[in-house]
Amino acid sequence: MSPPLDPTPVDADADVDVDTDTAPLHTLPPPFNLSALTPLTQGAEALVYTTTFLTSSTHVVLKYRPPKPYRHPTLDKRLTKARLLAEARVLVKCRREGVQVPAVLGGDWEEGWLVLEFVEGGTVRGVLDGWAEGVRIMGGEEKVWALMGRVGRAVGRLHEVGVVHGDLTTSNLMVRGPSPPEGRGGGEHMQRQAQSDPEPDILDGEIVLIDFGLATQSVHEEERAVDLYVLERAFAATHPAAEHLFKEVLRAYGESFKGAKVVLRRLEDVRLRGRKRSMLG
Amino acid sequence: MIALGLEGSANKIGIGLILHPDTPNGTPTKPPVILSNLRHTYISPAGSGFLPKDTALHHRAWVVRLIKQAVRQAKVKVEDIDCICYTKGPGMGAPLQSVALAARTLSLLWGKPLVGVNHCVGHIEMGRAITAASNPVVLYVSGGNTQVIAYSAQRYRIFGETLDIAIGNCIDRFARTLLIPNDPFPGYNVEQLAKKGKHLVDLPYGVKGMDTSFSGILAAADILATKISDTLPEEERLKSEDGELITKEDLCFSLQETAYAMLVEITERAMAHVGSRQVLVVGGVGSNLRLQEMMGLMARDRGGMVFATDERFCIDNGIMIAHAGLLEYGTGVRMPFEESTCTQRFRTDEVFVGWRD
Ligand SMILES: Nc1ncnc2c1ncn2[C@@H]1O[C@H](COP(=O)(O)OP(=O)(O)OP(=O)(O)O)[C@@H](O)[C@H]1O
Ligand SMILES: [Mg+2]
Repeated sequence: MSPPLDPTPVDADADVDVDTDTAPLHTLPPPFNLSALTPLTQGAEALVYTTTFLTSSTHVVLKYRPPKPYRHPTLDKRLTKARLLAEARVLVKCRREGVQVPAVLGGDWEEGWLVLEFVEGGTVRGVLDGWAEGVRIMGGEEKVWALMGRVGRAVGRLHEVGVVHGDLTTSNLMVRGPSPPEGRGGGEHMQRQAQSDPEPDILDGEIVLIDFGLATQSVHEEERAVDLYVLERAFAATHPAAEHLFKEVLRAYGESFKGAKVVLRRLEDVRLRGRKRSMLG
Repeated sequence: MIALGLEGSANKIGIGLILHPDTPNGTPTKPPVILSNLRHTYISPAGSGFLPKDTALHHRAWVVRLIKQAVRQAKVKVEDIDCICYTKGPGMGAPLQSVALAARTLSLLWGKPLVGVNHCVGHIEMGRAITAASNPVVLYVSGGNTQVIAYSAQRYRIFGETLDIAIGNCIDRFARTLLIPNDPFPGYNVEQLAKKGKHLVDLPYGVKGMDTSFSGILAAADILATKISDTLPEEERLKSEDGELITKEDLCFSLQETAYAMLVEITERAMAHVGSRQVLVVGGVGSNLRLQEMMGLMARDRGGMVFATDERFCIDNGIMIAHAGLLEYGTGVRMPFEESTCTQRFRTDEVFVGWRD
């Protein structure tokens, strides 16, 4: 008999402690330094901090895309620059067209940072997780349906103005509103609850689209359909308990602008391609 | 409990025996023990891929020999074997059928129950067993599959996948264009050539959220390949920014740097989205050391780590089928003989994962 298997991971430092995030993994380019910044999350590519900008009461988000050590430097520079520019351009365009997105306050594509308006609230991902775990309020299911409708219309609006997002997930859709208790502004939220005021509910909040690094300006139905397909799959994978809600997203999308119905038909083709693609071992 | 595993969904036939040493109520409490792990690969000539019919013939010619040898090497008696596990899909029709037929024959001959296994789930479970990664984001990369997977609520859920061709298929066809040999396998030869490449040639970078697209790279590579031929006059040949001639090695290097960056990126996106710091790479392309290295650098930046296995387990094998099959068998699932079919399409998220919490 062979000996039991050797459980040694490849290329991993044995002493990496998976549960602590003490020492900063990155330094920031000037004019920023870590002291005035509060880390918010480590996104897919970007490190996201909250801070103040220009005045001490302007809450902003600093989105910094550090160089990726795994990527060839030429490719890395090309991508970071292209994405930062795409993101800034699309955000400005969306704002001009009245699509709900954070305002761009500043940026430097050589250094890889953008300063954006801080959106008070939470991600749809967090809201749905909270909802699925039973943080349900009166009329919860109805409110979630309404929220899904707003998601569909927000994406429809985006497509209508000629933008394809490129990375639609529930982490990249925010709901403006009081931050959930575990997030920022939690104290305030609790207070309101204690005073039993009619509580402003995050489920009623308006949808704000974020994270436009992979966005393109396009009106092609194929690209719009892929955008929906990406969201549909992220939704199904992330929120198995809420999967049935997605049809409301599509329904609302279908009514949101003139070309939407065609996109929904195209979506069926894209899905079929996904399912039918021969999957060889 | 002991299982015999038979795999033949693509151009490799793999036969293996695995032991789950301690299984109170069917749940293993100790790491599995590999009793034998044999494989034979059908290699097509350079410039061509493997066709289903020839591959099925190859598997039929080898299956009996390999089973005999595997059982002998494992030093077990037929009575000791609890079940026979075979690949139900996904994969190429004819090769899958040839191996399923062998499994059914053995089942009748020996009077053993059958377990039909999803090939992708086989890769994932084997990877978890070998590396002891508890709940990683899984990048599954092979000749026919490119998926980013994470476990939740009794299923392996697909967060991202290719929108057109698989990464392995992209590399294989790229190798064919450049007439790189298929022996031992195209990806290995591309990897060796890439080590000697220096110039990064611009290739389409196709990432959409957690999905990827490789068809653009392939189309570009086909065009580029025609521009590096030494039969062309020097002035028409492709050159780098500093005027050096672009070589086959440079194209292999560029292909790897671009395509693997895409894979690492979608994996990172899934990790950020589900909030995980472990990543497990499985499937044939997972044996690529440059991919493992890049993945390691990404994971380190997220304060996590990468788990990978070597070619014995990354590349299609019978052990992974035996292992995943035995996990399911342990939960009491029984497959009626009439249902022991196979299917070319069988999505990872269709399998009910009853053996995990
Ligand atoms: N303007 C904002 N206001 C409040 N929170 C934000 C804002 N922008 C981002 N966030 C938070 O930070 C997270 C990550 O941000 P974002 O999606 O822009 O980065 P990322 O996923 O790393 O993006 P990219 O893929 O473009 O690098 C979001 O999911 C959200 O929770
Ligand atoms: Mg994001």
